[in-house]
Amino acid sequence: MARKLPPKDVVIVGLGWTGAILAYQLAEEGLEVTAIERGPWRDTAVDFSPAYAQDELRYRIRHELFLRPAQVSLTFRNNRDQTALPVRDWGAFMLGNGVGGGGLHWNAETWRFLPSDFITKSHLTQRYGAGFLPEGMTVQDWGVTYDELEPHYDRFEYLCGTSGTAGNLKGVIQTGGNPFEGARSRPYPTPAQKQPFSHTLYGNAAKELGYKSFPQPSGNLSQAYTNPLGVEMGPCTYCGFCEWFGCANYSKASPQTTILPALLRKPNFTARTDCEVTKILLDKSGKHATGVTFVDSSGTEWEQPAELVILSAFQLFNVQLLMLSGIGQRYDPLTGEGQIGRNFSHQVVSTAIGFFDKKKFNFNPFVASGAIGMCVDEFNGDNFDHGPYGFVGGGYLGQVQSNGRPIESMQLPPGTPHWGAKWKQGMRDHYLSTMNSGSGVHGSCYSYKTNYLDLDPTYVDRFGRPLLRLTMDFHENETKMSAFLTDRYAEIIKAMGADQVVKKPRKGPYDITQYQTSHLCGGAIMSESPKDGAVNKYLQSWDVPNLFVQGATAFPQNAGYNPTGTVGALAFWSAAAIRERYLKKPGPLVDA
Amino acid sequence: MRRLAALFAALALCAGPALAGSDGQDFAKVQRGRYLTTVGDCSGCHDEPGGAHPLAGGLKIETPFGTVTASNITPDKDTGIGSWTDDQFVRALTHGIRRDGAHLYPAMPYPYYTKATRDDLLALRAYLATVPAVRHPTGGDDLPFPLNIRAGMAVWNKLYFTPGEFRPVDSRGAEWNRGAYLVRGLMHCGACHTPKNLVGADKASAEFQGNEIDGWFAPEIAAGAPRGLANWSADDIVAYLKSGHNKFAAATGPMADVVTRSTSRMKDDDLHAIAVYLKAQHGSGNQSPKPVAASDPAMKMGGAIFGDECAACHTGHGTGRPRLFPSLAGSAAVQSRDPTSLIRVVLGGTRSVGTETAPTSPAMPAFGWLFNDEQAAAVLTYIRNSWGNAAPAVDAGQVHDVRKALTQRSG
Amino acid sequence: MPRPNRRVVLSSMAAALAASPLAHAELVEGGMPWTPDRAAPPAAVDPRGWRYFTAAEAKTVEALVDRLIPPDPETPGGKDCGCAVFIDRQLAGPYGKSEALYMKGPFHEGTHQQGPQSADPPAVHYRKALAALDKYCRATFGGSTFAALPDDRKDAVIADLESGKVPLGGKPGTFFKQLLKDTQQGFFADPVYGGNRDMAAWKMIGFPGARYDYSDWVDRHNEPYPHPPVSIGEHPDWKG
Repeated sequence: MARKLPPKDVVIVGLGWTGAILAYQLAEEGLEVTAIERGPWRDTAVDFSPAYAQDELRYRIRHELFLRPAQVSLTFRNNRDQTALPVRDWGAFMLGNGVGGGGLHWNAETWRFLPSDFITKSHLTQRYGAGFLPEGMTVQDWGVTYDELEPHYDRFEYLCGTSGTAGNLKGVIQTGGNPFEGARSRPYPTPAQKQPFSHTLYGNAAKELGYKSFPQPSGNLSQAYTNPLGVEMGPCTYCGFCEWFGCANYSKASPQTTILPALLRKPNFTARTDCEVTKILLDKSGKHATGVTFVDSSGTEWEQPAELVILSAFQLFNVQLLMLSGIGQRYDPLTGEGQIGRNFSHQVVSTAIGFFDKKKFNFNPFVASGAIGMCVDEFNGDNFDHGPYGFVGGGYLGQVQSNGRPIESMQLPPGTPHWGAKWKQGMRDHYLSTMNSGSGVHGSCYSYKTNYLDLDPTYVDRFGRPLLRLTMDFHENETKMSAFLTDRYAEIIKAMGADQVVKKPRKGPYDITQYQTSHLCGGAIMSESPKDGAVNKYLQSWDVPNLFVQGATAFPQNAGYNPTGTVGALAFWSAAAIRERYLKKPGPLVDA
Repeated sequence: MRRLAALFAALALCAGPALAGSDGQDFAKVQRGRYLTTVGDCSGCHDEPGGAHPLAGGLKIETPFGTVTASNITPDKDTGIGSWTDDQFVRALTHGIRRDGAHLYPAMPYPYYTKATRDDLLALRAYLATVPAVRHPTGGDDLPFPLNIRAGMAVWNKLYFTPGEFRPVDSRGAEWNRGAYLVRGLMHCGACHTPKNLVGADKASAEFQGNEIDGWFAPEIAAGAPRGLANWSADDIVAYLKSGHNKFAAATGPMADVVTRSTSRMKDDDLHAIAVYLKAQHGSGNQSPKPVAASDPAMKMGGAIFGDECAACHTGHGTGRPRLFPSLAGSAAVQSRDPTSLIRVVLGGTRSVGTETAPTSPAMPAFGWLFNDEQAAAVLTYIRNSWGNAAPAVDAGQVHDVRKALTQRSG
Repeated sequence: MPRPNRRVVLSSMAAALAASPLAHAELVEGGMPWTPDRAAPPAAVDPRGWRYFTAAEAKTVEALVDRLIPPDPETPGGKDCGCAVFIDRQLAGPYGKSEALYMKGPFHEGTHQQGPQSADPPAVHYRKALAALDKYCRATFGGSTFAALPDDRKDAVIADLESGKVPLGGKPGTFFKQLLKDTQQGFFADPVYGGNRDMAAWKMIGFPGARYDYSDWVDRHNEPYPHPPVSIGEHPDWKG
């Protein structure tokens, strides 16, 4: 029997990027806000001290900052003919744990989606005809447009102090930036990071091939910065321990470094850590949320009543909580009915390894940041004519190698033995002169009828609740796209002067053991009507108007960019709608 | 806004007799008094521990001589100061004599408050009379014989205490005088920042030249070089007091509380006056100590340690990042004659203060688990003598003593 | 007289925790929390002795790692670099017991894409596989254990482990994959974990280890980095 706590105005489930952004915005409004976070408090000086943050085994291999599958996991199968089995150890994606969420251990690659990404379906249909889209692909237009989101992208970038070179200022293309990007209203808050050797070489080689290379927009700051909340950040020191790790010197944008110090000064905000929300509670009508139940670390159950519920628990757990709380209808792939769990997507990343002559090239790969890199965007989205190629979608191609950590840097030319004296010599010969960018080809992942989430019939979590079940596979569209993009990428690496380029395009079946970013999307997608989505353009649940579902659950499909910039922009956009309209008149913001 | 409501509620409830002798109806006076409690930081000692009732007393104050208990200064008639007359109140603050005639211990800083004008003290009283009256008997003190005999304070006062209001010095101008009035009076800066003799009285000849207190070293705040504020501008001082941060320093430890409760809430004019006054104090004057040579083994060890563990934040040139990582180069605190604060911060880490204008509150990680006493001493010697800094080396014994004291404190 | 002990009046955190009705969760409010003297460094491995392996198992593993990473004039082999010590300490700890993993049943073998589904944590896996390996060697090589074989014979056996020809029970090649991964991770991990002794592996490839500031190097293209590596636990350069 859950013990009831005094009511709050707002309860926020999960204190990562979107939880922190919403918490600050709503606390500014004077509301009593409480955030409930499953994992621990995490603080720079204790958890990521410069005396021990740079530990590859602890953080990259043993995943210390991440959720333990023992605490929460899911099951996986490629298709309905298989029995889903538990993901016993993480592979394909890594789930954050604790205050800061993914925003703590991310690389801080901070992109915007293209204007056409928000109208994928109508744009592609208009250009190529409906028949060009493969059978079973379920891409949709979002409902929100790039122009509507632009001021909120700006707010997120200025919150983070993002370092970059603008490519399109108010419609005027700028040299040195991404000429394909949507128009931005003002430049980045700080200049682009400096680029190490191999990244610079890549950018130059790409230019010689006729591409317009530009620096990746980075949340590892190029210089000291004070954000609009008055919070200070320092410049990145290119330590090469970025993604998977916490930042020791306040130079990576995260909730810790950009929001929490200002948020915690607010007397109307509290956070509870090590408490897991188990259910969103509804009243008898099923159309109004009354709060949440959560379990603290001793196993005691509590009820937190609230007038407004913000679900910001990361894509997978947003979907799981909606399902376990009986909100919306669960997707059935056979009938096509139900919106919760539908249109799951991930990211189609691949790479090509470049082996260079060590006598001529010394890359010092350990000099890097998480979002370092030179990129080309000619093959992203619909930036090129797909007609001759028979696939849709695309991605950026970048030398975005973020580290030279040795356990991760064991790529050797094909044919090199995996062990023994020749292996050892191979490591000597190639470590300093190999280009290996794990997600150098960063392709989109479109949605399909057959890629979805539901609840597993067999496996349960430590509370006895069913695990999420993921049914996911690549389709020919994605593998064709990956092969094409990887070929283009390999050409640039060859032009850099590589002795040998080994292409590693993404091939099916989708493999839960291969890391391919943690950019999980969909499952409670945004739509223009409740017929084909779970939330409206403001991330307000179509079913329960006092529930807003943040994060990449809203993406009807994933584009060819890291999603966090868009996730942050949506959070600000949603918060603005709540503050300017919802609070004045609680109820549906969009007519169904 | 809630303060105002409480104020009016209190005024409505407390009719004549409870406000013995003071004019609760003079709103401006009460507000001035409230500001003066911020200046004097009455809450720092007199708030009830746990924060339930402001100014209701009960805090056990550790002094080198034993524990003294802060009294209840709410208007409660029996356990607070509700029955005190104005004269009794003023006498307590200016002469250190309680209503019952007993001496106060100078943990209550009457040697400084004596400088306040009667007018200001009565404004203070007027405000105190408006806070909620709380019945809270505060218990006794815990001092060893013979210090527990209050009458003994008469001797101490005779030797070390001269009562009397602050006398302005006309030639110095209004701002200097305002600064002097605040610093030497209600703000009682010298209570922490002036070194003491064996019986805890200020060493008058070394005013504001730094003092060890509570396991920290409150640094010199006069304008000596390099141990004092010689290379701080008046604006630097104001920024520090207002936000807790400037390019040289970040308020932490006991000073973080002073910034939070007191200086960050003071008027800019007053902060500037304080800066003007402090900049006019010579303090330790111009010291030119010879820096420890770079070839010294401790400097070599310290340099290696610094490069591996400290440079990622404080940079290789020791310049840090403004308002994020203090500059070690040119820092008065780093070149203090007493390295206690430095040792403590290196061993245990610390969090700097967060304020409205500087919310970040960056924290220094703990290194006590990593450095042995020799290594901690070496890296401190290194920062005290690099980039133009010059200060006595730190030795392993000093580190050992601070480490021991910290363990005892947290036990 | 000096001022009060600030510990009692510091931060509202203490008050907040006391007031919280939840005994088993942290309530965070009123400012960024702080407790002095808190740090979370890794526990340094004491290289003496074995915590998990029996003496016989340790001998086999030392022999294996020394062929996976053989010694040469420039760089010691896996044994002298402490790879067996690394593996032993890892197996004795949470990794060896799969404490972090989802280990609820039922256990079924799935497709390769569904990932490992064994109920045996690494510690159990090693024990079984090492026993089977020695059994195989004794039967095949006239009673000799793996460790006692000449090097070229050892290499041949390892190649057979890699291809799955040696019958260890379980999926062919699984033990080899686990062993190779653990050996190479131990080789390249920070020496604080028992392997990579004296940072030999880092010196071999030119990785500067646990450094944190390369701001002066990002613009220095195609220049060798001259400074030796540093580790989290060992600081031989911290001398006077």
